[in-house]
Amino acid sequence: MKHHLFWPLTVLALLLLFNLLYDPSFFSIKIRDGHLYGTLIDILNFGAPLMLVAIGMTLVIATKGIDLSVGSIVAITGAMACLTISKGADQNALGLVLTAVGLSLALSLALGLWNGFLVAGVGIQPIIATLILMVAGRGIAQLITSGQIITVTSDRYEYIGAGALFTLPFSIFIVAAVFAAASLLTRKTAIGMFIEAVGNKPVASRLAGIRSRSVVIAVYLFCGLCAGIAGLILSSNVSSADGNNAGLWYELDAILAVVIGGTSLNGGRFYLAGTVIGALIIQTLTTTIYMTGVPPEITLVVKAFVVLVVCLIQSESFRKTLTHRWKTRRYPAEKELTRHA
Amino acid sequence: MLKRQHMPIVVTVALFILIFIAGSFRYTGFFSAQVLLNLLIDNAFLLIVAIGMTFVIVSGGIDLSVGSVIALTTMISATLLQDGWPAGVVIPLVLFIGAVFGAGMGAIIHYFKIQPFIVTLAGMFLARGLCYVISTNTITITDPFYTSVAQTKVSLPGGTFISISVLIALLVFAAAFYLAHYTRFGRNTYALGGSEQSAVLMGLPVARTKVGVYMFSGFCSALGGVVFTFYMLSGYGLHAIGMELDAIAAVVIGGTLLTGGFGYVAGTLFGVLIQGVIQTIISFEGTLSSWWTRIVIGLLLFLFIVLQKLFSSRQLLQKRRA
Amino acid sequence: MEERLPILQMKDIYKQFPGVKALSGVQFRLFPGEVHALMGENGAGKSTLIKVLTGVYAIDRGYVELEQKRIQIQSPQDAQAAGISTVYQEVNLCPNLSVAENIFIGREPRRLGRILWKELNRAAAKLLEERMNLSIDVSQPLHSYPIAIQQLVAIARALNISAKVLILDEPTSSLDRGEVRQLFDVMNKLKREGLAILFVTHFLDQVYEISDRITILRGGEFVGEYAASALPRIELVSKMIGKELELLEELPKLQAEAGDEGGEIVLEARSLGRKGAVEPFDLSIRKGEIVGLAGLLGSGRTETARLLFGADRADQGTLRIGDTGSVHTPRQAIDQGIAFCSEDRKGEGIIDDLTIRENIVLALQASQGWFRTISKKRQSEIAEQFIEALNINPPNPDQLIKNLSGGNQQKVLLARWLLTDPKLLILDEPTRGIDIGAKAEIQKLVMSLSEKGMSVLFISSELEEVLRVSDRIAVLRDRRKVKEMSGDEMSEQLVLKAIAGGGEG
Repeated sequence: MKHHLFWPLTVLALLLLFNLLYDPSFFSIKIRDGHLYGTLIDILNFGAPLMLVAIGMTLVIATKGIDLSVGSIVAITGAMACLTISKGADQNALGLVLTAVGLSLALSLALGLWNGFLVAGVGIQPIIATLILMVAGRGIAQLITSGQIITVTSDRYEYIGAGALFTLPFSIFIVAAVFAAASLLTRKTAIGMFIEAVGNKPVASRLAGIRSRSVVIAVYLFCGLCAGIAGLILSSNVSSADGNNAGLWYELDAILAVVIGGTSLNGGRFYLAGTVIGALIIQTLTTTIYMTGVPPEITLVVKAFVVLVVCLIQSESFRKTLTHRWKTRRYPAEKELTRHA
Repeated sequence: MLKRQHMPIVVTVALFILIFIAGSFRYTGFFSAQVLLNLLIDNAFLLIVAIGMTFVIVSGGIDLSVGSVIALTTMISATLLQDGWPAGVVIPLVLFIGAVFGAGMGAIIHYFKIQPFIVTLAGMFLARGLCYVISTNTITITDPFYTSVAQTKVSLPGGTFISISVLIALLVFAAAFYLAHYTRFGRNTYALGGSEQSAVLMGLPVARTKVGVYMFSGFCSALGGVVFTFYMLSGYGLHAIGMELDAIAAVVIGGTLLTGGFGYVAGTLFGVLIQGVIQTIISFEGTLSSWWTRIVIGLLLFLFIVLQKLFSSRQLLQKRRA
Repeated sequence: MEERLPILQMKDIYKQFPGVKALSGVQFRLFPGEVHALMGENGAGKSTLIKVLTGVYAIDRGYVELEQKRIQIQSPQDAQAAGISTVYQEVNLCPNLSVAENIFIGREPRRLGRILWKELNRAAAKLLEERMNLSIDVSQPLHSYPIAIQQLVAIARALNISAKVLILDEPTSSLDRGEVRQLFDVMNKLKREGLAILFVTHFLDQVYEISDRITILRGGEFVGEYAASALPRIELVSKMIGKELELLEELPKLQAEAGDEGGEIVLEARSLGRKGAVEPFDLSIRKGEIVGLAGLLGSGRTETARLLFGADRADQGTLRIGDTGSVHTPRQAIDQGIAFCSEDRKGEGIIDDLTIRENIVLALQASQGWFRTISKKRQSEIAEQFIEALNINPPNPDQLIKNLSGGNQQKVLLARWLLTDPKLLILDEPTRGIDIGAKAEIQKLVMSLSEKGMSVLFISSELEEVLRVSDRIAVLRDRRKVKEMSGDEMSEQLVLKAIAGGGEG
């Protein structure tokens, strides 16, 4: 058996190799004003929000769930932060920026709690439960911004998404911190094991005494928080909040990143590192398409095929069709039932 | 006699009437036949798409690609018309493309057992991406057939009127109603949503039905796209973004169970009308902005999903007890 | 009665699954106008045989004859077309459709493609009335009727598709007495009309009430075919349960000294019951005692265990554990020192995606909560300790549990619960489907645990096993606790009698 990161890493390497051959300047990194500049840095910087959202999504998917509302949460938190700052007398005041960040993150936690409550408390299927916030969330975001694009001029706020630390974009450090926190929490405490158990075998987990309800609520909370942080980075990067378009398609890209990273949509084992690589693949792909001069919108077509291929590979029926073509014609029900026997 | 299984649709119709009456009391000029008809005129394409979605959801699936297929339809229509193709060829062609697109997704869902959600998500990316492959700009339509259809008003008694699109939508509605309740395909769709395993054991043509349902949805999306083209007179890759959510919301508010097996085409009609009347009220209100529509629809969605949950757990309880 | 030709005949049927001989050399005959019961415990091969008949499984050897013609059934549709219809315990109809539709879907009366609803409803009402003695509103959705009616509807559908052979697979499991009566009336009527009915059930009373003949399978092998009137209950039971002679000889008599009468009571259930699962029963278990639960499959053994563990909620009676209050959820039960190994090892026991180590520490960790984490090092130590103590193979704590054999998976689950140091260990079929060596190891382990003061509730289909390990035995029949015995009373003959029940006890 190959290591679970083998395929994601191979794909990423192939993408990078292609770029190396196509235009070696892809890899050039320059230092200007004490900051590093270059395509690779951009990929990390622009990919930061996606990586965050995808990390949260990984845990949700590991419990056999899904969170469609992350895009809306991204928009809502960005809007909330920008609104708070724009109301201030001195937009650059540290206290104000901290209040804005705190308020937004609290809001994102509340939204995550809402999702978790619907899924674990009321018992609605995740895809349906989170659809509610996906629909209403855009409206809430626009309600906060009054339908305008709120622009802020706050260097302190801008630092979150566009600032630099040790010559690197600050957002990278945020991702690293969240990734480290998630890894530690899931691998050094028992939470990771509970998440996998609940996603893999809900009934067996209950009989083993796991309080699955709180596990499920926790992952939606965490997913909401990740989306909230992503929303801050995204809005601070452009110093504005757009309720309509911020975080558009994020739910889909995040799910895609999780799946590419090797976590199955059927729940169970999850791979945070795989997810991060998945997100990087998506971001690199987007950048590559930009660089090669192909209309950037083609990315969608490529993504469509990536989704399909990855899912086909994960699909047992597809593999079986390839291997026992002849046997599937007779006794079609047997192959589904033999696993039970 | 009112049967218990008709309760959800009764709630939906009552809600629509209630909202309409409330609007009539509050705003002058609201209570008129034309306002009612305008609901249909402005939402004809949504109705068509939501009808296709109803079949998919009743069968236990979901189709996220509808908005993108609309956009793709407007795009293909606009380019071909620009190249001088006659409307009589373009329209059947795009309908065919929509149906094939849907059937393809249905086949992948059925034969490879991949969740409909993820397959139609890929379909959504693909159709949206193909729009941009054609062009990233808006292409306006100047074809005389399209413009005349767009401008034709069909007069009704009392000085009111509807558009050709409304006629198409009502035709689709009638056809879908017949399809759902009076044909084997329709009944098999319900059976599939009730229990796929049972449907297999009962010897029903599950594969054909499932592929057929997605094909029908693809066809409806394409037809919705054609009607949308009449409405917008342009092709554009960003048309109908988020339409899949509106369609799903209309279906759910119309009383169809998201878990499949239960729902009515007629409910979907009222689901669409409720969305329309909310939009109308918000535009009459003036001070309220359009985003309230989304919030209210989200609230309604929540309400109906919780209602469904209660409804189906009562059913389950009954089964357990038995 | 003259000797007629069987309508259905299965000859020397063999079917092998990876690692399991599901059927080897099974014979089965079914005559028109008879009800023929197919009997056997878990793993006897009943469900495999039925799946062969319904075209779900291919057979490796042997043949099936319907009306003296060899047939090949390759799908449920084939079976239906040939005239073999099956009605399952969980009714395989669409609960959301109307009763009439469920009977006729796929064959609705139509004109120009349009379904004629009036005609459909009329035909359905007539069919139910005439063949099932059932008059109900056929336009109502199926789910608005109780399971019993749903089953009759399923039978009506089967008959309408020209059934010559009707297979009823545990149809009575979720019916109450009146409903069973209703079903039997219909079966008798159909029998008189010449239909051949294959009947699978776990209820002995019902077998003798309705069947003409009985075929017994055990461990995938054909035991025999008997006229119901010529086969005493007790003989039926002993033929179903059988003996594993080699194991008996191989193992020393482990019979522990009689239960410690003076020991404190660990668990006490009073009139505990749940409708549709098990009728109210009293049961108390003392410290260090092994109580065996004997009874046939479906007699309520598992349901009893689930109530004691809080996996299902009791709807009457009280349950007292130690000196603390009642138990409603598995979490509470575990906190009170109860552990439960489910019989459904794959579905309710192991977590496939996790390793041996993680599966072992899971319950203890769940008790400790999220943050009082057992360190990885400690986990490995624990795992290695149990791997050695229970002889788990492969001896690698980081192997995924799904790659283990059934016996080793069972040992891991035992380890999971032993680690929580329970006061009472409930084992539901802990030795099913595992090889004899592992079986003996598990039995020995149970005995030694009880010597150390742990109480055990031991459930098994194998009588010898229950007799060997238990200090006291409670016998269940048809979801009722019918007898409790201890000490010298516990003999195979007496337990068999209690299981068989009925007149000729």
